[in-house]
Amino acid sequence: MEGGTPVVTSQTISVEVNGTTYEREVEARRLLIHLLRDDLDLTGSHVGCDTGNCGACSVILDGTLVKSCMLLAVQADGCSIETVEGLAQDEQLSSLQQAFSDHHGLQCGYCTPGMLMSATALLRESPSPGDEEIARAIQGNICRCTGYWNIFTAIKAASGQEVGE
Amino acid sequence: MLLSEVGYARPATLEQALGFLAEHPGARALAGGQTLINVMKARAAAPDVLVDLAGLPELRGIELRSDGELEVGPMTTYSELIASPEARARPILGEVCAQIADVQVRNRGTIGGNVCSSDPTNHLPPLLVALGAQLTVAGASGERVVPAKDFFLGVYMTAVGPGELLTKITIPPGRSDGFSSVTIGRDGTCIVNAAASANGSLSVVLGCVDATPVVVEPASADAEAVRGAVREAGFEPPSDVHASSAYRRQLAEVVAARAAAQAAERAAA
Repeated sequence: MEGGTPVVTSQTISVEVNGTTYEREVEARRLLIHLLRDDLDLTGSHVGCDTGNCGACSVILDGTLVKSCMLLAVQADGCSIETVEGLAQDEQLSSLQQAFSDHHGLQCGYCTPGMLMSATALLRESPSPGDEEIARAIQGNICRCTGYWNIFTAIKAASGQEVGE
Repeated sequence: MLLSEVGYARPATLEQALGFLAEHPGARALAGGQTLINVMKARAAAPDVLVDLAGLPELRGIELRSDGELEVGPMTTYSELIASPEARARPILGEVCAQIADVQVRNRGTIGGNVCSSDPTNHLPPLLVALGAQLTVAGASGERVVPAKDFFLGVYMTAVGPGELLTKITIPPGRSDGFSSVTIGRDGTCIVNAAASANGSLSVVLGCVDATPVVVEPASADAEAVRGAVREAGFEPPSDVHASSAYRRQLAEVVAARAAAQAAERAAA
Protein backbone atom coordinates (compact mmCIF):
# COMPACT_ATOMS: atom_id res chain seq x y z
CA MET A 1 0.00 0.00 0.00
CA GLU A 2 2.00 2.97 -1.17
CA GLY A 3 0.91 5.91 0.95
CA GLY A 4 -2.54 4.55 1.74
CA THR A 5 -3.58 2.50 4.73
CA PRO A 6 -5.03 -1.04 4.58
CA VAL A 7 -8.37 -1.87 6.16
CA VAL A 8 -7.91 -1.86 9.94
CA THR A 9 -10.26 -1.93 12.93
CA SER A 10 -7.81 -0.04 15.10
CA GLN A 11 -4.70 2.01 14.47
CA THR A 12 -2.17 4.21 16.19
CA ILE A 13 -2.83 7.85 15.50
CA SER A 14 -0.97 11.01 16.34
CA VAL A 15 -2.80 14.24 17.08
CA GLU A 16 -1.62 17.58 18.38
CA VAL A 17 -4.08 19.00 20.88
CA ASN A 18 -3.54 22.51 22.21
CA GLY A 19 0.15 22.25 21.30
CA THR A 20 0.82 18.84 22.87
CA THR A 21 1.33 15.78 20.67
CA TYR A 22 -0.42 12.57 21.71
CA GLU A 23 -0.07 9.11 20.22
CA ARG A 24 -2.83 6.65 20.97
CA GLU A 25 -4.10 3.40 19.56
CA VAL A 26 -7.79 3.87 18.80
CA GLU A 27 -10.53 1.73 17.36
CA ALA A 28 -11.78 2.92 13.98
CA ARG A 29 -15.27 3.28 15.46
CA ARG A 30 -14.13 5.73 18.15
CA LEU A 31 -15.50 9.25 17.76
CA LEU A 32 -13.10 12.16 18.10
CA ILE A 33 -15.02 13.53 21.09
CA HIS A 34 -14.37 10.28 22.99
CA LEU A 35 -10.67 10.35 22.16
CA LEU A 36 -10.51 13.85 23.62
CA ARG A 37 -12.62 13.21 26.71
CA ASP A 38 -11.95 9.59 27.61
CA ASP A 39 -8.43 8.91 26.30
CA LEU A 40 -6.81 12.33 26.68
CA ASP A 41 -8.85 13.44 29.71
CA LEU A 42 -9.71 16.74 28.04
CA THR A 43 -13.26 16.87 29.36
CA GLY A 44 -13.93 20.51 28.49
CA SER A 45 -15.58 19.57 25.20
CA HIS A 46 -19.02 18.18 25.97
CA VAL A 47 -21.31 15.55 24.51
CA GLY A 48 -24.73 17.14 24.35
CA CYS A 49 -27.00 15.53 21.79
CA ASP A 50 -24.60 13.13 20.06
CA THR A 51 -26.58 13.68 16.86
CA GLY A 52 -24.65 16.61 15.42
CA ASN A 53 -27.24 19.20 16.36
CA CYS A 54 -26.15 20.89 19.59
CA GLY A 55 -22.52 21.87 18.97
CA ALA A 56 -21.35 21.32 22.58
CA CYS A 57 -18.54 19.14 21.18
CA SER A 58 -17.24 21.82 18.76
CA VAL A 59 -13.46 21.98 18.38
CA ILE A 60 -11.14 23.59 15.85
CA LEU A 61 -9.46 21.00 13.61
CA ASP A 62 -6.58 22.28 11.44
CA GLY A 63 -8.04 25.76 11.73
CA THR A 64 -11.60 24.73 10.89
CA LEU A 65 -14.55 24.57 13.27
CA VAL A 66 -16.07 21.06 13.43
CA LYS A 67 -18.33 19.00 15.66
CA SER A 68 -16.16 16.29 17.17
CA CYS A 69 -19.09 13.86 17.56
CA MET A 70 -19.37 13.65 13.76
CA LEU A 71 -15.78 12.72 13.12
CA LEU A 72 -13.91 9.50 13.78
CA ALA A 73 -10.72 9.84 15.78
CA VAL A 74 -8.82 8.08 12.97
CA GLN A 75 -9.93 10.83 10.56
CA ALA A 76 -8.05 13.31 12.74
CA ASP A 77 -4.75 11.39 12.46
CA GLY A 78 -1.97 13.91 11.84
CA CYS A 79 -4.23 16.89 12.58
CA SER A 80 -3.87 19.79 14.96
CA ILE A 81 -6.82 20.29 17.31
CA GLU A 82 -7.79 23.21 19.53
CA THR A 83 -10.22 22.66 22.38
CA VAL A 84 -11.62 24.96 25.05
CA GLU A 85 -8.73 23.96 27.35
CA GLY A 86 -6.36 25.73 24.97
CA LEU A 87 -8.05 29.15 25.07
CA ALA A 88 -6.66 30.46 28.36
CA GLN A 89 -2.93 31.22 28.34
CA ASP A 90 -0.89 31.24 31.57
CA GLU A 91 -4.03 31.11 33.71
CA GLN A 92 -5.32 34.20 31.89
CA LEU A 93 -8.74 33.84 30.28
CA SER A 94 -8.86 34.77 26.61
CA SER A 95 -10.59 38.09 25.97
CA LEU A 96 -13.56 36.11 24.66
CA GLN A 97 -13.77 33.98 27.81
CA GLN A 98 -13.49 37.14 29.92
CA ALA A 99 -16.32 38.72 27.91
CA PHE A 100 -18.54 35.65 28.54
CA SER A 101 -17.87 36.13 32.26
CA ASP A 102 -18.39 39.90 32.21
CA HIS A 103 -21.63 39.72 30.23
CA HIS A 104 -23.06 36.65 31.93
CA GLY A 105 -22.90 34.68 28.67
CA LEU A 106 -23.46 31.39 30.44
CA GLN A 107 -25.82 29.90 32.97
CA CYS A 108 -25.47 26.13 33.34
CA GLY A 109 -22.31 26.22 31.22
CA TYR A 110 -22.92 23.03 29.30
CA CYS A 111 -22.93 24.68 25.87
CA THR A 112 -20.17 27.13 26.76
CA PRO A 113 -17.10 25.19 25.48
CA GLY A 114 -18.76 24.82 22.07
CA MET A 115 -19.96 28.44 22.04
CA LEU A 116 -16.43 29.62 22.86
CA MET A 117 -14.89 27.56 20.07
CA SER A 118 -17.48 28.76 17.52
CA ALA A 119 -16.95 32.36 18.58
CA THR A 120 -13.16 31.92 18.53
CA ALA A 121 -13.36 30.65 14.95
CA LEU A 122 -15.64 33.56 14.01
CA LEU A 123 -13.40 36.25 15.50
CA ARG A 124 -10.34 34.88 13.73
CA GLU A 125 -12.09 35.08 10.38
CA SER A 126 -13.97 38.28 11.06
CA PRO A 127 -12.52 40.42 13.86
CA SER A 128 -15.45 42.89 13.82
CA PRO A 129 -18.46 40.76 12.96
CA GLY A 130 -21.88 42.26 12.25
CA ASP A 131 -24.96 41.17 14.19
CA GLU A 132 -26.12 38.78 11.47
CA GLU A 133 -22.64 37.29 11.24
CA ILE A 134 -22.54 36.61 14.99
CA ALA A 135 -25.98 35.03 14.90
CA ARG A 136 -25.05 32.77 11.99
CA ALA A 137 -21.72 31.82 13.59
CA ILE A 138 -23.45 30.28 16.60
CA GLN A 139 -26.31 28.74 14.60
CA GLY A 140 -24.80 25.29 15.14
CA ASN A 141 -24.65 25.71 18.92
CA ILE A 142 -27.72 25.22 21.06
CA CYS A 143 -28.12 26.93 24.44
CA ARG A 144 -31.17 26.06 26.50
CA CYS A 145 -30.58 28.57 29.32
CA THR A 146 -29.61 32.03 28.19
CA GLY A 147 -31.88 32.78 25.28
CA TYR A 148 -28.62 33.56 23.45
CA TRP A 149 -28.77 37.29 24.07
CA ASN A 150 -25.92 37.48 26.59
CA ILE A 151 -23.80 35.13 24.48
CA PHE A 152 -24.36 37.39 21.50
CA THR A 153 -23.44 40.45 23.61
CA ALA A 154 -20.30 38.76 24.95
CA ILE A 155 -19.06 37.92 21.46
CA LYS A 156 -19.76 41.43 20.25
CA ALA A 157 -17.98 42.93 23.26
CA ALA A 158 -14.99 40.59 22.78
CA SER A 159 -14.61 41.96 19.26
CA GLY A 160 -14.19 45.43 20.76
CA GLN A 161 -17.56 46.73 19.56
CA GLU A 162 -19.91 48.84 21.67
CA VAL A 163 -22.65 46.90 23.38
CA GLY A 164 -25.70 48.42 25.07
CA GLU A 165 -26.50 47.66 28.69
CA MET B 1 -22.01 6.98 21.24
CA LEU B 2 -20.14 3.79 20.52
CA LEU B 3 -20.50 2.80 16.88
CA SER B 4 -20.68 -0.80 15.77
CA GLU B 5 -17.28 -2.21 14.99
CA VAL B 6 -16.12 -1.06 11.58
CA GLY B 7 -13.03 -1.34 9.41
CA TYR B 8 -11.32 1.79 8.14
CA ALA B 9 -9.00 2.50 5.26
CA ARG B 10 -7.59 5.72 3.89
CA PRO B 11 -6.48 5.00 0.33
CA ALA B 12 -3.90 7.23 -1.36
CA THR B 13 -5.08 6.64 -4.91
CA LEU B 14 -8.43 6.35 -6.66
CA GLU B 15 -7.50 2.82 -7.78
CA GLN B 16 -6.94 1.76 -4.17
CA ALA B 17 -10.26 3.30 -3.16
CA LEU B 18 -12.13 1.48 -5.94
CA GLY B 19 -10.26 -1.71 -4.97
CA PHE B 20 -11.42 -1.51 -1.33
CA LEU B 21 -15.00 -0.82 -2.40
CA ALA B 22 -14.95 -3.77 -4.79
CA GLU B 23 -13.33 -6.15 -2.27
CA HIS B 24 -15.74 -5.35 0.54
CA PRO B 25 -19.37 -5.47 -0.59
CA GLY B 26 -20.45 -3.90 2.70
CA ALA B 27 -18.05 -0.98 2.37
CA ARG B 28 -19.17 2.64 2.18
CA ALA B 29 -17.23 5.64 0.97
CA LEU B 30 -16.70 8.18 3.76
CA ALA B 31 -16.73 11.79 2.53
CA GLY B 32 -17.42 14.50 5.14
CA GLY B 33 -19.30 12.07 7.37
CA GLN B 34 -21.93 14.63 8.40
CA THR B 35 -24.70 12.20 7.45
CA LEU B 36 -22.99 8.81 7.45
CA ILE B 37 -21.51 8.99 10.96
CA ASN B 38 -24.91 9.94 12.35
CA VAL B 39 -26.81 7.20 10.57
CA MET B 40 -24.19 4.76 11.86
CA LYS B 41 -24.85 5.99 15.40
CA ALA B 42 -28.55 5.38 14.87
CA ARG B 43 -27.67 1.92 13.47
CA ALA B 44 -29.61 2.91 10.35
CA ALA B 45 -26.49 1.98 8.35
CA ALA B 46 -23.91 -0.63 9.31
CA PRO B 47 -21.08 -0.60 6.78
CA ASP B 48 -18.35 -3.15 7.55
CA VAL B 49 -15.64 -0.93 6.09
CA LEU B 50 -15.37 2.85 5.71
CA VAL B 51 -13.23 3.96 2.79
CA ASP B 52 -12.12 7.47 3.76
CA LEU B 53 -11.73 9.64 0.66
CA ALA B 54 -9.82 12.39 2.52
CA GLY B 55 -6.46 11.25 1.13
CA LEU B 56 -7.47 11.75 -2.50
CA PRO B 57 -6.71 15.35 -3.54
CA GLU B 58 -7.98 14.64 -7.06
CA LEU B 59 -11.51 14.44 -5.62
CA ARG B 60 -11.31 17.96 -4.18
CA GLY B 61 -11.32 21.42 -5.69
CA ILE B 62 -13.18 23.72 -8.04
CA GLU B 63 -12.05 24.57 -11.53
CA LEU B 64 -13.62 27.05 -13.92
CA ARG B 65 -12.81 25.82 -17.42
CA SER B 66 -12.27 28.15 -20.36
CA ASP B 67 -15.62 27.05 -21.86
CA GLY B 68 -17.37 28.34 -18.70
CA GLU B 69 -18.10 24.90 -17.25
CA LEU B 70 -17.39 24.37 -13.57
CA GLU B 71 -15.70 21.15 -12.55
CA VAL B 72 -16.21 20.40 -8.88
CA GLY B 73 -14.56 17.56 -7.01
CA PRO B 74 -17.11 15.63 -4.92
CA MET B 75 -15.00 16.03 -1.74
CA THR B 76 -15.28 19.82 -1.97
CA THR B 77 -16.98 21.13 1.16
CA TYR B 78 -19.93 23.52 1.25
CA SER B 79 -17.69 26.13 2.90
CA GLU B 80 -15.18 25.83 0.05
CA LEU B 81 -17.98 26.29 -2.50
CA ILE B 82 -19.28 29.34 -0.63
CA ALA B 83 -15.82 30.94 -0.50
CA SER B 84 -14.70 30.04 -4.03
CA PRO B 85 -14.42 32.90 -6.58
CA GLU B 86 -14.60 30.28 -9.38
CA ALA B 87 -17.87 28.84 -8.05
CA ARG B 88 -19.45 32.31 -8.38
CA ALA B 89 -19.61 31.61 -12.11
CA ARG B 90 -22.84 29.80 -11.15
CA PRO B 91 -23.87 31.95 -8.16
CA ILE B 92 -26.80 29.81 -6.98
CA LEU B 93 -24.39 27.04 -6.00
CA GLY B 94 -22.73 28.98 -3.16
CA GLU B 95 -26.03 30.65 -2.24
CA VAL B 96 -27.70 27.29 -1.63
CA CYS B 97 -24.68 25.78 0.15
CA ALA B 98 -24.83 28.74 2.59
CA GLN B 99 -28.35 27.58 3.57
CA ILE B 100 -27.26 24.11 4.63
CA ALA B 101 -27.23 23.45 8.40
CA ASP B 102 -24.54 25.44 10.25
CA VAL B 103 -20.87 26.46 10.05
CA GLN B 104 -19.53 23.22 11.51
CA VAL B 105 -21.50 21.04 9.12
CA ARG B 106 -20.66 23.27 6.14
CA ASN B 107 -16.95 22.97 7.02
CA ARG B 108 -17.04 19.17 6.74
CA GLY B 109 -20.04 18.28 4.57
CA THR B 110 -19.35 17.80 0.87
CA ILE B 111 -21.22 18.30 -2.39
CA GLY B 112 -20.58 14.65 -3.28
CA GLY B 113 -21.88 13.40 0.05
CA ASN B 114 -25.00 15.53 -0.30
CA VAL B 115 -25.91 14.02 -3.68
CA CYS B 116 -24.70 10.46 -3.01
CA SER B 117 -26.73 10.17 0.19
CA SER B 118 -29.79 10.94 -1.99
CA ASP B 119 -31.93 11.93 0.96
CA PRO B 120 -35.13 13.39 -0.52
CA THR B 121 -34.86 16.39 1.84
CA ASN B 122 -31.33 17.35 0.72
CA HIS B 123 -30.75 20.68 -1.02
CA LEU B 124 -28.39 19.73 -3.81
CA PRO B 125 -30.17 16.90 -5.68
CA PRO B 126 -32.95 19.17 -7.06
CA LEU B 127 -30.44 21.98 -7.59
CA LEU B 128 -28.02 19.88 -9.64
CA VAL B 129 -30.90 18.53 -11.73
CA ALA B 130 -32.10 22.10 -12.43
CA LEU B 131 -28.58 23.24 -13.34
CA GLY B 132 -28.16 20.39 -15.81
CA ALA B 133 -25.10 19.00 -14.02
CA GLN B 134 -23.27 15.91 -15.27
CA LEU B 135 -21.87 13.45 -12.76
CA THR B 136 -18.85 11.29 -13.53
CA VAL B 137 -18.91 7.84 -11.94
CA ALA B 138 -15.77 5.69 -11.88
CA GLY B 139 -15.52 1.94 -11.39
CA ALA B 140 -13.26 -0.96 -12.23
CA SER B 141 -14.35 -0.84 -15.88
CA GLY B 142 -13.71 2.90 -16.30
CA GLU B 143 -15.72 6.07 -16.17
CA ARG B 144 -19.19 7.00 -17.28
CA VAL B 145 -21.03 10.30 -17.24
CA VAL B 146 -24.57 10.42 -15.86
CA PRO B 147 -26.83 13.48 -16.24
CA ALA B 148 -28.11 14.65 -12.85
CA LYS B 149 -31.71 13.92 -13.89
CA ASP B 150 -30.81 10.21 -14.24
CA PHE B 151 -28.48 10.05 -11.21
CA PHE B 152 -31.06 9.82 -8.41
CA LEU B 153 -32.74 6.41 -8.41
CA GLY B 154 -34.55 6.31 -5.08
CA VAL B 155 -34.34 7.20 -1.40
CA TYR B 156 -30.63 6.73 -0.53
CA MET B 157 -30.03 5.21 -3.99
CA THR B 158 -28.09 6.69 -6.89
CA ALA B 159 -26.46 5.63 -10.14
CA VAL B 160 -23.26 5.02 -8.17
CA GLY B 161 -23.28 1.22 -8.00
CA PRO B 162 -21.34 -1.23 -5.83
CA GLY B 163 -17.60 -0.75 -6.23
CA GLU B 164 -18.07 2.67 -7.83
CA LEU B 165 -17.36 6.27 -6.81
CA LEU B 166 -18.61 9.67 -7.86
CA THR B 167 -15.44 11.41 -9.06
CA LYS B 168 -16.53 14.69 -10.66
CA ILE B 169 -19.48 17.05 -10.95
CA THR B 170 -19.59 19.22 -14.06
CA ILE B 171 -21.89 22.22 -14.10
CA PRO B 172 -22.64 24.16 -17.29
CA PRO B 173 -22.49 27.97 -17.30
CA GLY B 174 -25.53 30.07 -16.46
CA ARG B 175 -26.65 32.72 -14.00
CA SER B 176 -30.43 32.68 -14.21
CA ASP B 177 -31.23 30.28 -11.41
CA GLY B 178 -33.44 30.28 -8.35
CA PHE B 179 -33.96 28.29 -5.18
CA SER B 180 -36.61 28.36 -2.49
CA SER B 181 -37.43 26.15 0.44
CA VAL B 182 -39.46 25.88 3.61
CA THR B 183 -37.27 24.47 6.35
CA ILE B 184 -37.48 23.28 9.93
CA GLY B 185 -35.90 26.34 11.52
CA ARG B 186 -33.57 28.62 9.61
CA ASP B 187 -31.20 26.61 7.39
CA GLY B 188 -32.69 23.42 8.79
CA THR B 189 -33.91 20.29 7.05
CA CYS B 190 -36.15 21.05 4.08
CA ILE B 191 -39.87 20.32 4.31
CA VAL B 192 -40.18 21.18 0.62
CA ASN B 193 -37.65 22.75 -1.73
CA ALA B 194 -37.48 23.82 -5.36
CA ALA B 195 -34.69 24.81 -7.70
CA ALA B 196 -35.29 26.61 -10.99
CA SER B 197 -33.22 27.43 -14.00
CA ALA B 198 -34.16 29.84 -16.78
CA ASN B 199 -31.06 29.50 -18.93
CA GLY B 200 -32.97 28.74 -22.12
CA SER B 201 -36.32 27.11 -21.32
CA LEU B 202 -37.62 27.27 -17.75
CA SER B 203 -37.22 24.16 -15.65
CA VAL B 204 -38.34 23.81 -12.04
CA VAL B 205 -37.22 20.85 -9.95
CA LEU B 206 -38.91 19.92 -6.69
CA GLY B 207 -37.41 18.09 -3.74
CA CYS B 208 -39.07 16.39 -0.73
CA VAL B 209 -42.25 15.55 -2.67
CA ASP B 210 -41.13 12.17 -4.03
CA ALA B 211 -38.24 9.71 -3.58
CA THR B 212 -36.17 11.60 -6.15
CA PRO B 213 -36.23 15.17 -7.54
CA VAL B 214 -39.16 15.84 -9.89
CA VAL B 215 -38.89 18.10 -12.93
CA VAL B 216 -41.79 20.29 -14.04
CA GLU B 217 -41.66 22.54 -17.08
CA PRO B 218 -44.10 25.42 -16.77
CA ALA B 219 -44.89 27.46 -19.88
CA SER B 220 -43.70 30.63 -18.13
CA ALA B 221 -42.36 31.87 -14.80
CA ASP B 222 -45.72 33.49 -14.07
CA ALA B 223 -46.75 32.33 -10.60
CA GLU B 224 -50.07 30.89 -11.77
CA ALA B 225 -48.42 29.01 -14.64
CA VAL B 226 -45.84 27.50 -12.29
CA ARG B 227 -48.41 26.59 -9.64
CA GLY B 228 -50.62 25.04 -12.31
CA ALA B 229 -47.73 22.93 -13.62
CA VAL B 230 -46.98 21.70 -10.09
CA ARG B 231 -50.68 20.86 -9.53
CA GLU B 232 -50.79 18.94 -12.82
CA ALA B 233 -47.77 16.88 -11.77
CA GLY B 234 -50.09 15.33 -9.16
CA PHE B 235 -47.57 14.82 -6.35
CA GLU B 236 -48.45 12.56 -3.48
CA PRO B 237 -45.78 13.57 -0.95
CA PRO B 238 -45.50 11.75 2.36
CA SER B 239 -47.03 13.10 5.58
CA ASP B 240 -44.92 13.44 8.70
CA VAL B 241 -44.81 15.37 11.94
CA HIS B 242 -43.68 18.53 10.14
CA ALA B 243 -46.23 18.66 7.33
CA SER B 244 -49.19 16.70 6.05
CA SER B 245 -49.17 15.50 2.47
CA ALA B 246 -51.75 18.13 1.51
CA TYR B 247 -49.73 20.91 3.13
CA ARG B 248 -46.55 19.75 1.36
CA ARG B 249 -48.46 19.82 -1.93
CA GLN B 250 -49.50 23.40 -1.21
CA LEU B 251 -45.93 24.37 -0.21
CA ALA B 252 -44.59 22.75 -3.38
CA GLU B 253 -46.62 25.21 -5.46
CA VAL B 254 -45.41 28.15 -3.38
CA VAL B 255 -41.68 27.33 -3.42
CA ALA B 256 -41.79 26.38 -7.12
CA ALA B 257 -43.30 29.79 -7.96
CA ARG B 258 -40.70 31.60 -5.81
CA ALA B 259 -37.76 29.71 -7.32
CA ALA B 260 -39.08 30.32 -10.85
CA ALA B 261 -39.59 34.03 -10.13
CA GLN B 262 -36.01 34.36 -8.85
CA ALA B 263 -34.64 32.59 -11.94
CA ALA B 264 -36.76 34.74 -14.27
CA GLU B 265 -35.74 37.92 -12.48
CA ARG B 266 -32.08 37.08 -12.96
CA ALA B 267 -32.70 36.15 -16.61
CA ALA B 268 -34.21 39.61 -17.15
CA ALA B 269 -31.40 41.45 -15.32
